[in-house]
Amino acid sequence: MIFGKKTLRIVAAATVVTIGSLGAYVAAQSAEPKEKVIKITAKKFNYIPGEVKLKKGVPVILEFRSQDVLMGFNLPDFNVRADIVPGKATRLRLTPDKTGTFVFLCDIFCGTGHEEMNGKLTVVD
Amino acid sequence: MSKPIDRRDFLKLAGLGGVVFASGLPGVTLGAGQDDFYFVQLSDAHWGFEGPPNPDAKGTLKKAVAAVNSLERQPDFIMFTGDLTHTTDNPVERRKRLSEFKEIVKDLKVKTVRYMPGEHDASLDNGKAFQEFFGATHYTFDHKGVHFIVLDNVSDPRASIGDEQLGWLAADLKQQKNDAPIVVFTHRPLFDLYPQWDWATKDGAKAVDMLMPYKNVTVFYGHIHQEHHHMTGHIAHHAAKGLMFPLPEAGKAPTRAPLPWDPAQPYKGLGFREVDADTKAADNKITEFPVVKA
Ligand SMILES: [Cu+2]
Ligand SMILES: [Fe+2]
Repeated sequence: MIFGKKTLRIVAAATVVTIGSLGAYVAAQSAEPKEKVIKITAKKFNYIPGEVKLKKGVPVILEFRSQDVLMGFNLPDFNVRADIVPGKATRLRLTPDKTGTFVFLCDIFCGTGHEEMNGKLTVVD
Repeated sequence: MSKPIDRRDFLKLAGLGGVVFASGLPGVTLGAGQDDFYFVQLSDAHWGFEGPPNPDAKGTLKKAVAAVNSLERQPDFIMFTGDLTHTTDNPVERRKRLSEFKEIVKDLKVKTVRYMPGEHDASLDNGKAFQEFFGATHYTFDHKGVHFIVLDNVSDPRASIGDEQLGWLAADLKQQKNDAPIVVFTHRPLFDLYPQWDWATKDGAKAVDMLMPYKNVTVFYGHIHQEHHHMTGHIAHHAAKGLMFPLPEAGKAPTRAPLPWDPAQPYKGLGFREVDADTKAADNKITEFPVVKA
């Protein structure tokens, strides 16, 4: 691309993605959960399980443990993120308020496979 | 006065990562007898990468250097906007890659070459190895009336600029008139392009807010290995192509894995393309983006 004041001027169709959460309720580390607890292990360079299925409107607790280094969990479409510190459980309470398939990813650079460290959340009615 | 850009050079420039003419920047007014100048942005060389997305992984950076060197009128300077090297967990190998990269770009005829890290260079050691080879990861410089700010949003593995650097940015901006021409270089986009693929900076909005009162700001970044143009208010953000492998458009593929190499169109999507200045067809390849919004 050339930036100048010369001739041809073409404006690219910019892909603008707005993320926002419409009322997804999150509370980290809630004490005595009555909700279903979904355990997710984070290790270089994936989440186990890598696919999580939830029901819209039904609150759950996601419980993370890292097997090696400091990892992140980020679910941008619901504005939810947490640090996953090795040696302790990290809990996130999530009530999905929309259906679809959403990407979650490690958002703390953790090594050579960091860019492949992601998973899928599917929310159904 | 230096020679103006001729058609042949202009066509060659179209193949480079990002080519910025001062006269195209908002707020730049060239006085009588004052030359226009241009700089080249090169990005995402990922030296050390190996794999099918680029069968010429060892040759591509050298071809980019040769492409720049072949310009009759040389740019005033070159800015590498990060991911000079491909990440490695081994600190010895990281330094080896940085040093090999440095050796290769030493062949550039342009002697003013500036660097900043990408997350591949800096996120596993907070920029330590990068600094050993290239110095500071955030800094400012002035060139012919334009104020340049290099922001580091990669040394923190959480993709943040951090309050300390934001404070430094605020102090620097305070020194600028509100109509000063300002160019910002970053690795990651400062706006939320696609956080699902780490195409965002956690506290990037804070930097954009600080820049907002300034009328003539343009941001150039890398990281996404493709051209992209976006406005936040009056501030234009432009992404440059990479030099190792192109990435898919945001959300247009299941993952952000590199696009496959196309043997029919080698080097497609990379920012050093050699454009044959003798063919008529090459004219069509020039795409210009107004930096100033009309
Ligand atoms: Cu990058
Ligand atoms: Fe990159």
